[in-house]
Amino acid sequence: MSEVDLGYWGVPLAMLGGAIRVSTPFLFVSLGECLTERSGRINLGLEGTLVCGAISAYAVAFETGSPWLGVLVAALCGALFGLLHGLICSLPKVNDIAVGIAMMLMGMGLAFYFGKSYVQPVAPDLPSIPLGAWSDIPQLQAALDINALFFLGLFAAIVLDWVLRNTRAGLYVRVVGDSTAAARAMGVHPNRVRVISTLAGGALAGIGGSYLSLYYPGSWNEGISSGQGLMAVALVIFARWKPLYCFGAALLFGSAGAIGPALQSVGISSGYHLFYAAPYLLTLIILIITSSPHRLLSGAPAELSITK
Amino acid sequence: MSATLPLVNAQESRAATSAELVGLSKHFGSLKALDKVSLKIDAGSLHALLGENGAGKSTLVKCMMGFYQATSGQLVVDGRERSIPNPRAAQALGLGMVYQHFTLVPSLTATENLVINRPDCPAVINWEKEKASLTEFLSTMPFQIPLNVPIYKLASGQKQKLEIIKQLYLQSTLLILDEPTSVLTPSEATEVLSLVKSLCEQRRLSVLMITHKFREVSDFADTVSVLRQGRYTGGGKVADLSHQDMAAMMMGQSAATARPGSSGGTITTAKGRSNANDNDNDNDNDNDNDNDNATASNSNSNSNSNSNSNSNSNSILQLRGIKATPRSGAGLISIDSLDVEAGRIVGVAGVSGNGQSELMEILSGQRPLLSGSMQVDGQPYTPTRKAAREAGVRYLPEEPLLNACAARMSVAENIAFRNYDLKADGKPAWWLDRTAIRNHGKDMIAAFNVKTTSPGAPIDSLSGGNVQRAVLARELTGDIRLLIASNPCFGLDFTAVAETRERLRAARATGTAILLLSEDLDEILELADTIVVMSDGSINYQCSRDEADVPTIGHYMAGHAGDSTAPIHSAPV
Repeated sequence: MSEVDLGYWGVPLAMLGGAIRVSTPFLFVSLGECLTERSGRINLGLEGTLVCGAISAYAVAFETGSPWLGVLVAALCGALFGLLHGLICSLPKVNDIAVGIAMMLMGMGLAFYFGKSYVQPVAPDLPSIPLGAWSDIPQLQAALDINALFFLGLFAAIVLDWVLRNTRAGLYVRVVGDSTAAARAMGVHPNRVRVISTLAGGALAGIGGSYLSLYYPGSWNEGISSGQGLMAVALVIFARWKPLYCFGAALLFGSAGAIGPALQSVGISSGYHLFYAAPYLLTLIILIITSSPHRLLSGAPAELSITK
Repeated sequence: MSATLPLVNAQESRAATSAELVGLSKHFGSLKALDKVSLKIDAGSLHALLGENGAGKSTLVKCMMGFYQATSGQLVVDGRERSIPNPRAAQALGLGMVYQHFTLVPSLTATENLVINRPDCPAVINWEKEKASLTEFLSTMPFQIPLNVPIYKLASGQKQKLEIIKQLYLQSTLLILDEPTSVLTPSEATEVLSLVKSLCEQRRLSVLMITHKFREVSDFADTVSVLRQGRYTGGGKVADLSHQDMAAMMMGQSAATARPGSSGGTITTAKGRSNANDNDNDNDNDNDNDNDNATASNSNSNSNSNSNSNSNSNSILQLRGIKATPRSGAGLISIDSLDVEAGRIVGVAGVSGNGQSELMEILSGQRPLLSGSMQVDGQPYTPTRKAAREAGVRYLPEEPLLNACAARMSVAENIAFRNYDLKADGKPAWWLDRTAIRNHGKDMIAAFNVKTTSPGAPIDSLSGGNVQRAVLARELTGDIRLLIASNPCFGLDFTAVAETRERLRAARATGTAILLLSEDLDEILELADTIVVMSDGSINYQCSRDEADVPTIGHYMAGHAGDSTAPIHSAPV
């Protein structure tokens, strides 16, 4: 198959493909953060969880030859991190943000330590679904070559949204996140609900990490996450703590992240480095736009330490 | 109302539960919060629990609800001794509580709140089915609540009704109400309490109601118990007790006789209120006569105070065309015109959450104006610390410990906040004069009767009344033209309330203009010369003290500018 020259049309196409590729880890981390924050806690440690998920998935996939086993182990690893964060924060007078930063640094340190020997080896990638097979244009085929985890993430967003609205467990999470006093009055244990939410959120972030090392970029190196776990916090604010909005927000961040590579792919070589900063710039802009001195963010769980 | 309560699950309608406390004590370390209290709530009766702040009322109900475990004593429910280890156990026995602070979850809708509170809430909720059964359940209630709107968009009255509905929905047969009317308009309060009373009369409910208001006790309760400093000091059938008797039990016999002025004043007010309500329709002529007399005497006192303060009738505070955004929801805070004259108290009445806090924030510079002007003494006024000092404007914000104090700093430092950075000659000072701060603090503590271990004690170690005394000492000392006070007596005990109100009257007598924002209509009727009513962010009614008529004011508090029907307060959405 030969490359068809699409000219500048290649940019939006590459951005679409890039958005889908880049957004998947954003999606998983933000869903994890969303669930955690809906229960009234912030887990800044998800950046560390993401990196740990990436290395554990990569190592397991390399050693066993099964990338899906890697994803599973990454989820377990993330759950463990979430459990640890949740339990520490349940102790009296512990600040969840400080714990989160400590967990982030610890997670990254652990991952870099155990990952030293996996920089060279090549682990098997997660398979993707060639949804663009009907087309003759290779760029379109490339853009629509979508990983199964992307659809799993979309499914997870829909399920999480449904759970939060329609199940007792989901309502408990919202009650605990909005009013500890009300939760106590109805006999719900706020800490228990928060630990479980943080644990599940960690597992989601772990899966996001496995996508990084097993599909895109698809190898293990120390710069693999580049702050996606932290940007998820801004993303969740932007998404108004709604799982389905997280999907849209992740796509937006994904496309911002894809501008740089897309420009590069059509041969613009000067200044494209600047566009690699687009996601960070977007984070800043969103935080500025959504801030207000007069009111609380609508939709923000009232028990969050940053909104109290 | 139908005779049987439609129940959500197919259990039988339960009858009212009786409860008895026998020698109940609760100690926190050396503090005896409850000391051998015994009282009995008969099935189907409405039992009032009176007492000052800190008398042990909340400790008592928390023991009943399983939040605290009693140190000693028994709790008998429906004739059987029970232990209640947690709130769920209380609920299982049919005990339900409506808290003073709402326990509805703000971001959830009424439907979600009700369903999630049910002990048998299903793991996966079928909203269609739940909504249908809830609508059916609510159709037997005398008032309607929007079911699909998040709670934070509801008015306080609606929330309070929903709290009571929640308990009925959860099949509580003994209801504990913690100051159920503190956030309601007078007509809403009557409506809610009448509902509760009628449920008692049908023997579906027994009620234990914590209250401060004698009128509610005499109008609605069957029996009453009075607590004071953790002890049971009296009670019995409401019919056998006068307001004076109850006040004496609340304050202790000696205190009541030692301060005839303050206690007498409060009781007469309470009595006057209930009389005014009773006679409302029958004795119009009499009332008119009274009013005429009152007008005459009042205008005399006005001219006196004006000549005392040596000023003409010019406004000290003048607000014109004020517009600002509210804290939540849509709409605007919009005040066309508000004037406060020297030596007068203007009382702003209204149900909590109708823009009073925003008005306070506007006046103290915490909320920017969209448009409009503020003038103090004829000069444009932009509230800053410097401008307030120069114009002689002082503030008594609500919840003084939170809004007027640095909680961990000392009493003396808190008292010095207005002028610690000035030298004696009024020039800015670089270095703090700790001795001067301490000495000034000592003087003020003595002058305002602040009970503290020392001037250096952190102010959050003081009781609510003494925090307010310290703030009064700071705000009422010096050259004051205008005082802006918001719920100055909220949460204070009897003595502190009487003292605070006396300080406000004294300030008025020296010519200070006072704007008093209060959710307590009795307080406004007691103090204000002019009464304005705030509803939905704007002032919709104004009258002088002599024209004041509780049902009319209540009508405007409920947000009815013109119409006279519409019994339900519509939510400001």
